[in-house]
Amino acid sequence: MARVSMTVNGEQVSGEIEGRTLLVDFLRGTLGLTGTHVGCDTSQCGACLVHVEDAPVKACSMFAAEAEGLRVTTIEGVAGADGTLSPVQKAFQDYHGLQCGFCTPGMVMAATSLLEENPKPTEAEVRQYLEGNLCRCTGYHNIVRAVMAASGQDVGTVAAD
Amino acid sequence: MYEFEFARPTTLAEAKAALAEEDAQALAGGQTLIPSLKARLAMPSTLVSLSGIPEIKGVCIDDEGRVCIGGGTTHATVAREAAAHYPALASLAGRIGDPAVRSRGTIGGSLANNDPSACYPPAALGSGALIITDSREIAADDFFAGMFETALEEGEIITEVRFPVPERARYEKFAQPASRFPLVAVFAAKYADGARVAVTGASEEGVFRWTAAEEALSSDWSVEAVEELKAEADGMIGDIHASPEYRAHLIGVMTRRAVAATL
Ligand SMILES: Cc1cc2nc3c(=O)[nH]c(=O)nc-3n(C[C@H](O)[C@H](O)[C@H](O)COP(=O)(O)OP(=O)(O)OC[C@H]3O[C@@H](n4cnc5c(N)ncnc54)[C@H](O)[C@@H]3O)c2cc1C
Ligand code: FES
Ligand code: FES
Repeated sequence: MARVSMTVNGEQVSGEIEGRTLLVDFLRGTLGLTGTHVGCDTSQCGACLVHVEDAPVKACSMFAAEAEGLRVTTIEGVAGADGTLSPVQKAFQDYHGLQCGFCTPGMVMAATSLLEENPKPTEAEVRQYLEGNLCRCTGYHNIVRAVMAASGQDVGTVAAD
Repeated sequence: MYEFEFARPTTLAEAKAALAEEDAQALAGGQTLIPSLKARLAMPSTLVSLSGIPEIKGVCIDDEGRVCIGGGTTHATVAREAAAHYPALASLAGRIGDPAVRSRGTIGGSLANNDPSACYPPAALGSGALIITDSREIAADDFFAGMFETALEEGEIITEVRFPVPERARYEKFAQPASRFPLVAVFAAKYADGARVAVTGASEEGVFRWTAAEEALSSDWSVEAVEELKAEADGMIGDIHASPEYRAHLIGVMTRRAVAATL
């Protein structure tokens, strides 16, 4: 066992880990932050996507020890302290960008990264950026609409053809 | 996953020493290795993380104008920082997998793994790159030794890759939509002393140079020069995604698209 320390959603945290402890297990198991989901556990689905030093990372495919000293943001850290939803979260709600909600934490984290890199993406850019996030319910249509809306763009023409 | 010790050296020398231990293995981005560990396909006694070693990260230009990329540099960093110096290489890095894979995956991990469908091997081979390790320099032409095999010795670390910058180049990738790896992809580059064309995703021998196309393009860098050229289906991979004939066909299509994109 070893000790790891990192900043998660603005708070300094630490805990005991094994070499093989994954970041997602540290977040969910040790810290109780179960908003980050595990879908495939093989780096394919993006349900476990979090931000590490502002970059999108699949938490099932990074060891907790690798996050030593780093800044991690999970879905629990996205809304304001008073519970105000972020623009991406609000748009997912407004445009019904989810059904069962299993993929949603990863989708919101990925979409948030996209808009930080590219504040006004085209529909094609949204679809391309979300390639690593699988959704088994929505058919992606409303997710793409939500991301376009969150970026302040017209959603009327999304997937119109 | 089996249990293992986790080492996080901060210098190359420390990493080398840690990798000298029996059954120790390097960990870079983990995008290939972590799934293998989970499937118990790898069982190292110690995993030596390369992510905390600043001296093997970053993009720079050397005195000969080559683009030099540290072995531990992520795909995302190459996509961003090589764009001004070697656009075809940066564009390749920016199309590997998805954004989260690019945040973690590294050039050293990709080359060391030499997946028969990986993107960096054709860039290295198609650029005549030089692969630098902690103990020697290996020309890309001598580095790749068939599917998942390379010239690397046990515990040898890729510290840097030097790419001579061509006059024109382009990587054309026909993505397999489920895995996001190439089904077939071609890296074509025009250098003052001739053309290089490297193919990934197609051959049972892994990445290779398509010499017939190189000869045609060396005398005439145009789509017409390779219009009639057909790659052999013999020795190509056949699986549920595509037959050997289809892969051979795609080699021609991707080569022509790559050349067309540079004109
Ligand atoms: C969903 C998904 C999609 C992907 N799509 C693509 C794609 O389109 N194209 C593509 O090319 N790849 C793709 N990949 C693979 C990705 O690029 C990997 O990051 C890469 O193949 C391995 O790099 P890594 O840094 O993650 O290495 P790791 O997984 O950490 O290591 C891989 C191997 O290399 C060894 N190693 C690592 N670094 C070094 C070094 N510096 N010196 C010597 N040995 C070293 C390790 O010991 C291990 O054996 C994809 C992966 C995933 C999960
Ligand atoms: S659980 Fe991590 S990518 Fe699917
Ligand atoms: S809403 Fe159910 S998986 Fe996306």
